[in-house]
Amino acid sequence: MSDTSTMPEHPPVADWIRDFDHTDPSWTENPFPIWEQMRAASPVVHTDRFLGCYMPTTYEAVRKIAHDTEHFSSRRVIVRDERPEVTRNAAPPITSDPPYHKPAKQLLLPPFTPDAMKKLEPRVRAICNELIDEFIADGRCDAAARYTKYVPVRTIAHMLGIPEQDGDLFIQWIHMILELSITNEAALMQAVQEMTAYFTGHIEARKVKPTDDLISTLMNAKDKDGQPLDDGHVMGSLRLLLIAGIDTTWSAIGSCLWHLANHPADRARLIADPKLMPIAVEELLRAYSPVTMAREVVKETVVEGCPMKPGNMVLLSFPAANRDPAVFPDADKVVLDRKENRHAAFGLGIHRCVGSNLARMEMTVALEEWLKRIPEFRLDPAGEVKWSQGTVRGPRQLPLLF
Amino acid sequence: MSGQLKVRVDPDKCQGHARCKALAPELFDLDEYGNAHEAGDGTVPPGLEDKAYLAKANCPEIAIEVTEV
Repeated sequence: MSDTSTMPEHPPVADWIRDFDHTDPSWTENPFPIWEQMRAASPVVHTDRFLGCYMPTTYEAVRKIAHDTEHFSSRRVIVRDERPEVTRNAAPPITSDPPYHKPAKQLLLPPFTPDAMKKLEPRVRAICNELIDEFIADGRCDAAARYTKYVPVRTIAHMLGIPEQDGDLFIQWIHMILELSITNEAALMQAVQEMTAYFTGHIEARKVKPTDDLISTLMNAKDKDGQPLDDGHVMGSLRLLLIAGIDTTWSAIGSCLWHLANHPADRARLIADPKLMPIAVEELLRAYSPVTMAREVVKETVVEGCPMKPGNMVLLSFPAANRDPAVFPDADKVVLDRKENRHAAFGLGIHRCVGSNLARMEMTVALEEWLKRIPEFRLDPAGEVKWSQGTVRGPRQLPLLF
Repeated sequence: MSGQLKVRVDPDKCQGHARCKALAPELFDLDEYGNAHEAGDGTVPPGLEDKAYLAKANCPEIAIEVTEV
């Protein structure tokens, strides 16, 4: 689904240290050597693109910025060509700063605890098997289009209480918001309008006939003063759950399958020792972290000796932090049973991903069910693997033979 | 020094990654928001020492202390 044809105005990058661009095709294809080069040069690099943007390249610099809500705001969480006016309730709590962040986040946390995920697990296992049923007899499939995409789509739809078959609508909105929007503001506005109209219908229906799903949970939630959330807040949170709950896990499961297709020894080890799966999922999350976030510098500061000035964005690459050899020995190697793994795939500090327990459960279940039914598989040499562009990285086309 | 271990979660640092609960469920509990605290008074029963150190080594917020009492 990556649509690079919409980005003609980004010249190719010749100097990754002083002119980086995370939408460059070489970054999309293989960012790891680029990050290594940037990290060797400085803990924080800068580009004049995107109206000015820094990127911390080490785990320590990423950690410091993620923990510093005084100098770095979350009001803008995607680095793009334009800097349109910030809207209130864009997608709380991910776009909220203290003191507004904590109450907004606490509303969302209870439905996403590990115990809540255990209750959801049987449905996710069934979803995985329903999907595999559709293509297993073919001996081949585009796993990104037929499997890794629909595991999170159907799961989040199930949680929200909306029809699982509306999934393709969600995928299109997310593509417009996360990828096309970097250079195309109109695509962003259109997607937000369509999502708002869609959810308005579901909210209105629940005002007449309440349900026991996540939409009703949000509608019934009270803020810290005991007041119900206004519709704008409910809408923003629904937008966030949909955007953050699909592309990310789609990418994560896809990267895991891509790795296992390329590494038969790791595959064999997981089949021989299923108990290793939760630890292996953490290592795969570290090595192929899908999500890069952003901050905006709002107060001048110095990070790891590098001055950072207001008006600039910050590309907060948790994936690059997780490849820092100063923190992870053999950082570029997947060590399935890595013992010490403080990876930052779900962020660090107050903005830790609300859905981290959901993502972990979906990844574990999706890999377990796949390996049970398709233990032997490899990349289709006649096909091509395509990676998403922008701030969520994962395979969008993954042709497999089995 | 009895060699007895205790774990403690710093509530100001914990962000609810829940790695400790996954790796050492006997030693940690989660509240309704998914944030962790030590089970009971944090005393590590004999045989679970490795799990205590494993939880510490996998906490992304460096919120877990393991001390010998």
